[in-house]
Amino acid sequence: MITARSLFRRFLRQWEWTLVLLLVLVFAINSRLSPHFLDLRNLLDSTLHFTEKGIIALSMTLVVISGNIDLSVASTMAMSAAVMGVAYRGGVAMWLAVLLCLATGMCGGLFNGLVITRFKLPAIVVTLGSYSLFRGIAYVLLGNKAITGYPYQFAELGQGYLGQTPVPNQLVIFAVLAVVFGMLLHRTTFGRFIYAMGNNEATCRYSGVPVDRIKLILFTLSGLMSSFAAVLLTSRIYSTRPNIAQGFELEVVTAVVLGGVTITGGSGNMLGVVLSLFLIGFARFGMSLLNIPGQVMTVVIGALLIVAILLPRMLSQIADRAEGQSV
Amino acid sequence: MVHASTRQRRALALLSRIRELGIIGFGLLLVVAVTMHSPRFLSFDNFSEIALDVAILLIVAVGQMMVVITGGIDLSVGSGLALSGMIVGMTYKHGAAIHPIIALLMGALIGLILGSVNGVLVSKGKVPPIITTLGTMSMYRGMTFIVSRGAWVNAHEMPASFIGLARGAVLGVPNLILIAALVFVGFWFFMSHSKPGREIYAVGGNSEAARLAGINVDRIKFMVYAVTGLLYGMSAVLWVSRYASAQSDSASGFELSTVAAVVIGGVSTFGGTGRITGVLFGALLLGIIENALNVMQISPFWKLGIEGLVIILAVVLDELIARSVQQSIARVRGAERGDHREISIQALP
Repeated sequence: MITARSLFRRFLRQWEWTLVLLLVLVFAINSRLSPHFLDLRNLLDSTLHFTEKGIIALSMTLVVISGNIDLSVASTMAMSAAVMGVAYRGGVAMWLAVLLCLATGMCGGLFNGLVITRFKLPAIVVTLGSYSLFRGIAYVLLGNKAITGYPYQFAELGQGYLGQTPVPNQLVIFAVLAVVFGMLLHRTTFGRFIYAMGNNEATCRYSGVPVDRIKLILFTLSGLMSSFAAVLLTSRIYSTRPNIAQGFELEVVTAVVLGGVTITGGSGNMLGVVLSLFLIGFARFGMSLLNIPGQVMTVVIGALLIVAILLPRMLSQIADRAEGQSV
Repeated sequence: MVHASTRQRRALALLSRIRELGIIGFGLLLVVAVTMHSPRFLSFDNFSEIALDVAILLIVAVGQMMVVITGGIDLSVGSGLALSGMIVGMTYKHGAAIHPIIALLMGALIGLILGSVNGVLVSKGKVPPIITTLGTMSMYRGMTFIVSRGAWVNAHEMPASFIGLARGAVLGVPNLILIAALVFVGFWFFMSHSKPGREIYAVGGNSEAARLAGINVDRIKFMVYAVTGLLYGMSAVLWVSRYASAQSDSASGFELSTVAAVVIGGVSTFGGTGRITGVLFGALLLGIIENALNVMQISPFWKLGIEGLVIILAVVLDELIARSVQQSIARVRGAERGDHREISIQALP
């Protein structure tokens, strides 16, 4: 009896296996409900709807493991996309506009990082402020207008496919970045520092870990990845509006938390986050094939975020209680 | 030591007074500057307009203040308000001619339920406030769309008596301002003179110490979210009545305005400190800024950016003031003890 329970607990701790199981479940349900779900081309195309969020989720994973959070990612996207659009309309070459976009994102992230580290303020409050500030800048730059008419080649980036295969460029970019971020987190000293910071920042300071510098790098990275996602999104939808990517921060944080990263920092891994991205993405794709409206999906995603944190805690409590009774 | 802690307490009281004086000073400066630019800003009509705008914000910000004092945050107030308002609006649309007071109670009840969901998740479920309310923020917003199927409830679908709820006046004082004043006075008393009010501060200051002192921390945490829900539910009815419409995107971004009012008002985001008078000044300052943008015919698109900037400036300024106060305490203490070690800033009680 006890072995069965401890197996169950170990299974819970292996959150990735739970995610794989859920992914299989989503595939099973969706392919029963809709004959169009299990179509390779469809499936690959559906990844386009979450690879941009996925790219931000990679850097968000580092930020959350370090014990911080960045709520400004979607607004950073809007701000840097707006800068790119305005620059391009102003006659700047497209490649330079893209660079400006990335630079804007980095500056935004650097700004967050500087305010957080110099004044020792909580990341939640500062990024909540810049959530509104950056979005406001996007609105001020663009007003209520949209910028369209980007060069044809630019669309290749977000809409194109890898050679003759049905694999979208975006999926390839995401895969490469996922590996890079996975290595950074799991194979470098920098990555170990991130975990250490999330577990106990004060101890890290006393142990000589350059906590402030790492935070600064993480937030700058978060800004950079957001602006890169903005480039891909702009290329895919082929236009820039100040209200793009609204609510992305919610979905990114949901994916990270569902991927098994503790919201208070210190634990979690990249594989879990990638699995949860695919899980949410395919679940959404299935729902959209069933013509479930976007607002219902918003409710589902919101509930998922809460359940993702609530469920493991409740299950392990139940397991604890059961173990206590059997002893 | 007793000596030092008295001085410390005095310094902290001074701190909140400096903050409030700072907000008033800045507000007056703004009023003078805007008036010089466009004289019609400084008129009775315009200022009663500001007061009406601030009334609803203040009611919800009082709830947000309690949540922030416990060390939490409620990002669901905007969508919660929209959902409560939409349900009341839909009730009228479907022809139920309920009395405005009943509508107010109904909104408050719906809000109470929505807030209690947050409260249970935070206190019993131990889900961090930011996650809980980020989740319910999108759930309540989505539910608003689902309830209304994306449609609006318009003025002609509401009885005149209901629209009169927010637009009417008693003895020349607009109902909205009357209700906001009642809420303000009630909660001023609650926060500073009642047991649960003081317990909110204790929980935010040090929840472990509060628990050991026999305070039911979970109950207090549940209470602040539930009461915030009640307040935004009530505000929702006033909102729908004032603007004579309920829309599925009503009050989006309103959570930021309430957080801004609270943070400008000097409530520490670390929890444990903050006064309701500060929140009043914070809300007034936001109202003046927004109105000034209108009067000076600056694009309303600036509003969002300025709100964000003001939040960041307020927390940075707080930190700088806290630092200098802390340093002067450290200097006095050091002089008493004869050493000049610097005391870390995080040690601020």
